[in-house]
Amino acid sequence: MTALLDVRNLVTTFPGGAGTGLRAVDDVSFQLARGEVLGLVGESGSGKSVTGFSIMGLVDWPGKIAEGQIIFDGSDLAKASVETRRSLRGRRIAMVFQDPMMTLNPVLRVGTQMTEALHAHEKIGKAEARARARDALGLVGMPSPEERLDAYPHQLSGGMRQRVAIAIAFLHRPDLIVADEPTTALDVTIQAQIISEFQKLTEDSGTAVIWITHDLAIVSGLADRIAVMYGGRIVEAGGIAEVLERPRHPYTRGLIQSVPSENSRGTRLTQIPGVTPSLINMPEGCAFRTRCARATAACVQRPGRFGDEDSYHRCFHPHEEALR
Amino acid sequence: MITSLIRRAIQAGFVIFAMTLIVFIGVNVIGNPVDILINPDLNQAERLRVVESLGLDRPLWQQYLSFLHGLAQGDFGDSFVYSKPALDVIVERLPATLELALCAMLIAIVVGLPLGLYAGLYPNRVSSKIIMTGSILGFSLPTFWVGLMFILLFAVQLGWLPSNGRGETELLFGARWSFLTADGLAHLFLPALNLALFKTSLILRLTRAGVQEVVMQDYVKFARAKGLRENRIIFVHILKNLMIPVVTIIGLEFGSLIAFSVVTESIFGWPGMGKLIIDSINLLDRPVIVAYLMMMVVLFVSLNFIIDICYTLLDPRVRLDGKG
Repeated sequence: MTALLDVRNLVTTFPGGAGTGLRAVDDVSFQLARGEVLGLVGESGSGKSVTGFSIMGLVDWPGKIAEGQIIFDGSDLAKASVETRRSLRGRRIAMVFQDPMMTLNPVLRVGTQMTEALHAHEKIGKAEARARARDALGLVGMPSPEERLDAYPHQLSGGMRQRVAIAIAFLHRPDLIVADEPTTALDVTIQAQIISEFQKLTEDSGTAVIWITHDLAIVSGLADRIAVMYGGRIVEAGGIAEVLERPRHPYTRGLIQSVPSENSRGTRLTQIPGVTPSLINMPEGCAFRTRCARATAACVQRPGRFGDEDSYHRCFHPHEEALR
Repeated sequence: MITSLIRRAIQAGFVIFAMTLIVFIGVNVIGNPVDILINPDLNQAERLRVVESLGLDRPLWQQYLSFLHGLAQGDFGDSFVYSKPALDVIVERLPATLELALCAMLIAIVVGLPLGLYAGLYPNRVSSKIIMTGSILGFSLPTFWVGLMFILLFAVQLGWLPSNGRGETELLFGARWSFLTADGLAHLFLPALNLALFKTSLILRLTRAGVQEVVMQDYVKFARAKGLRENRIIFVHILKNLMIPVVTIIGLEFGSLIAFSVVTESIFGWPGMGKLIIDSINLLDRPVIVAYLMMMVVLFVSLNFIIDICYTLLDPRVRLDGKG
């Protein structure tokens, strides 16, 4: 079976710095099968969101996809025309954003914002569009969806607004959804509801998901595979259980250990020293080496990928032992 | 909504009352109209008779009370110069100024809004930079100088357009209007353009700033993620949010167009209220000055009222009662 999405050596740059510009996404490759859930994990500034926007074709000017391919269902999106990309957006590749308070237009009714997404891709009548929008709201657990269609965003809570955004994303039953930290801005209880509804919807419609987050706890319960990003690169990728139990890259290990758990009760949480380097002064070679206890002179060289395509890391001094 | 409208109306009443005091006193401490109006050859007895007939011999507070008394009946007193009710003198001139201001505003909106939208959406194009540079000229060149240049170029050198007066007029709703005849339109064009220049630049720059703010918003990106066509994003998602500040400015500036059309009307010999007020100030025709100023107060108060109502139509988050 061929992959639904095959990202190959993607480089997304923003002007600035020396030479070819700042590489917000640097040589990122991954594959995604139909119905598969990939957790894309990293701190802010690691390039995970820009990766998502690159796939959507929504990188803000003056940023651009400089190199690489984004092969979606057999055709390369990086080379596709503007109109081709538009017709795929929302219909076959949808996106849910981080902050539900900001993603809905404040001056348009919920119904309008839903039906316009239908009209953009299908020739359907107003009544039918409205009926489909109402059904979609029902699917995401919105109470009295008919009335909500006439509401304005400010009349809904954050959780309700995110439900609207998810309903919009699922309107066309897309093949792929890029979920950019969709629960980060919500209360924990709402988070759990939204995640479980999201999961149900993707399972029912066989939609593949790229779940972008900094929260390992969410990913561990949700994703089939995980890719950890640091400094614009994927530093470790693999099956979710494999990576969480036996993280080989020191950064992945640091991330996992900085999550409080049953076992760490009563002990001090380990933390990764230092801060994420900015794109402007990214260390040469391994971007993590300045914060890494295992770094040696060898790390000034850029580490390649160790392992096979599905499971690899980029570290000269990987951990071999399982956690705990 | 109704109660808040009533509350606003009461507030407006207070503003107008306060202005009667300020205007009346302000006007009555400058100059002595008798010196100008009365033939210097008259003897003291005749002089006193005139002063008495104008009511200028009484103390200020009595003059003010009788002024208020007249005001309550819609009577601003008779013009010293025209020996007619001051209000009639002004209302006679109102259509000329009104059509000039409306035309200027129309030009400002029709030219300023699209150019501002363009310059905001594509800020890096050369054409946008030319537009913005041009708007600085429109902003900073003095109106009277531009008016003179217009006359010099279009009326004197090229001989295309007339430079003085209203031209032929036609009767409509009991008033004479220039825009109904071809000759009148030709006369209207140059002064309207002259008056519009500053407002065009203002609307243009405001629109551009608004666009640049709105396009950065998540909801615009989300609209793109839904696969909406660019036209819908610009003319619905961006424009509707943009109109909120623009409508405020259009409303307030329309008032100032009427109030401050003095310069343009003087240059182009346009027999409107602006020219009337300048003539009246020169002749110290107090009732006309007072009536004019009071009319401007009422105009601005009503414009603000209309703007507030427009807000509620444009922005669902704004409700006049201040709830929700």
